[in-house]
Amino acid sequence: MSAVAAAPARPNSAAAIAEAIGVPHALLALFLIVYPAIASDFFIAQIGAYSLIFGTLALSLMLLAGYGGMVSLAQMTVAGVAGYTIAILGLNNTGVHGFGWPFWVLVPFAVLVAAIASALIGWISVRTEGIYTIMITLAIATAFFYFCQQNYSLFNGHSGFAGLPSPESWGVSWRAPTPFYYMCLLVAALAYAAVLYASRSTFGLALQASRDNQRRMRALGFDVTAVKVAAYFFAGIIAGLGGVLLTWFNGRISPGTIGVGPAIDVLVIAVIGGIRHPIGPFVGAVVFVLLKTFAIDLVGAERFNTLIGLVFLAIVLFSPDGILGLWGKIKPHLAQGSLSPGR
Amino acid sequence: MSLTDQPSTTPGFSRRQAWGLFWLLAAALVAWLIFAVWPDWLNAALVSKKAFVSAVLNGITLGGLYFLVASGFTLVFGLMRNVNLAHGSLYLLGAYIGYEVVSRTESWLLGVAAGFVALAVIGLVMQVAVFRRLEGDDLRQALVAIGISIVAADLMLAVWTGATYQIGIPEWLDGAVTLPVITAVRSNGSTVFLTYPFYRLVVLAAAVAIGIGLWLMLNRTRVGMMIRAGVDDRAMLSASGVNVHVLFAVVFAIGAGLAGFAGVVGGSALSVAPGEDVRYLLASLVVVIVGGMGSIPGAAIGALLIGLAEQLGLVYFPTYGIVLTFVIMVVVLAVRPQGIMGRPR
Repeated sequence: MSAVAAAPARPNSAAAIAEAIGVPHALLALFLIVYPAIASDFFIAQIGAYSLIFGTLALSLMLLAGYGGMVSLAQMTVAGVAGYTIAILGLNNTGVHGFGWPFWVLVPFAVLVAAIASALIGWISVRTEGIYTIMITLAIATAFFYFCQQNYSLFNGHSGFAGLPSPESWGVSWRAPTPFYYMCLLVAALAYAAVLYASRSTFGLALQASRDNQRRMRALGFDVTAVKVAAYFFAGIIAGLGGVLLTWFNGRISPGTIGVGPAIDVLVIAVIGGIRHPIGPFVGAVVFVLLKTFAIDLVGAERFNTLIGLVFLAIVLFSPDGILGLWGKIKPHLAQGSLSPGR
Repeated sequence: MSLTDQPSTTPGFSRRQAWGLFWLLAAALVAWLIFAVWPDWLNAALVSKKAFVSAVLNGITLGGLYFLVASGFTLVFGLMRNVNLAHGSLYLLGAYIGYEVVSRTESWLLGVAAGFVALAVIGLVMQVAVFRRLEGDDLRQALVAIGISIVAADLMLAVWTGATYQIGIPEWLDGAVTLPVITAVRSNGSTVFLTYPFYRLVVLAAAVAIGIGLWLMLNRTRVGMMIRAGVDDRAMLSASGVNVHVLFAVVFAIGAGLAGFAGVVGGSALSVAPGEDVRYLLASLVVVIVGGMGSIPGAAIGALLIGLAEQLGLVYFPTYGIVLTFVIMVVVLAVRPQGIMGRPR
């Protein structure tokens, strides 16, 4: 999976480049498509779909942090905005709100609301620079969590909304493990491709240049604030899609889903995987979900947070570029090792 | 808010005098609100005088507690550019340690001292063992602090479980005092005075004392001089022969110790439970964002604003209370991104 990290290839010819980029992606896509055929329902939903959802959420953070240099802890808040929109305007069996919009109107609307919320958060936090972003977005995430928890008229307080119906169309119930997995895969793949494409577009280059040297970009006539807020908007679309999927996956949304713990989980996933390449968040999500599922065997169900916290600390202290960075360090040695016997 | 006298367009009134008049009127209004017997229409508009004055007092004392927590946070940030997101965990750990010491030795003062000293030592270890290695990389420092807070929260949950504790207050601090504030006049003409928990006033007094102490330390001692110089230009301070690593360790120890101290003091007034770490981290974040990073007077102003907003919000619009805090933060960021007392960088 992480072979994709090696994507930058020898610039020999266009065909070689296309091949170098194409083959790992094609293999990965093939594996992910046949995955439901070889895995049990539990592995399809609880590992496969769940990893793809959290990978998508972490991808939105990777877009901001990796390309924009803005580490936002409010991505889970944005996902929560989409989730709450689904619960309030769609159907729920909690008996509060539930306007019953059809889901083909509801989902685009929820994602749009989330993207606008994200752009607003971005607009507030880009007024300051660097490390302040993490403080302001953490404050926003925490404030939104407390607000959802204490407000009953809009967010139904502590219990939130339950019994959100799974979408159905063309006779397919999309919450059954395999269809849901494919839906998550489609969204994740689209988001991944979009981020990869955006990183090479004019906009992506402007964003990366703003990260590296803001003053020079201003001097060159770029509106740095607009570029950054636009990045927040796009990240909001991705996080909103992830939020919709997460809400359907859980069948419910409550303040606990968007609390400080989950907000930090998203950061942990992105950092463990690596924030230099869009594949990193997905690698991180797989590791995170596998650790979370099988932590019972390692440290007991109770101490998962200690385990993940220590893994996170180890990654931050020893490999700032995450697992992708580790791979980048190990790969040359492996290449040496495989070459030397031949010589 | 320039305080320089500028020739004003209004004859006979400088800008400074106008501001002075404004603050004088505001102070008079507040004094009237607190000490006068309220007419009926005001009672009707603001629930009751008792509710209002209690909310204001609660807000000020809560602000005092927030100041105790946030002053350490802002001190560490101002000097080292280190956003210590584990500050809430330090608060909670201090509270738990204080609880253990107080319940074993029956001495509250010993508990407060233990909270300060234990956390100062832990802060010292954190700075020397971890943060010093990541100097200059403020994002990684913040990430490491997050990692520490995840592990710390989980281990504290393992040791002290999810139960809620209350640190016992000694008798000489317990009870209520009657304040010279008339809340109502009974029909028989006797007046009802406001009573208020004595301990909360003690918290406020402690915050004021710590604030004055910090100010004296920063402005009147050699260490304070070094800290102020370090805030302005760290490289130059180092070049002039000061061992900045020792200075950083001392400041981190003081900051962490203040969090532990606040934990014991706050845990006696309120309660100690998992989740409080997040609450006080949020408070510290908002206080320093509003007040200005690295400024002790800024932390005092921010803490007072946030404490008042939280308590008044609780009385007047209970389910939207947090929005008030949020609005204050957004307005400050929109008008003065560096915070009320912060200096532009």
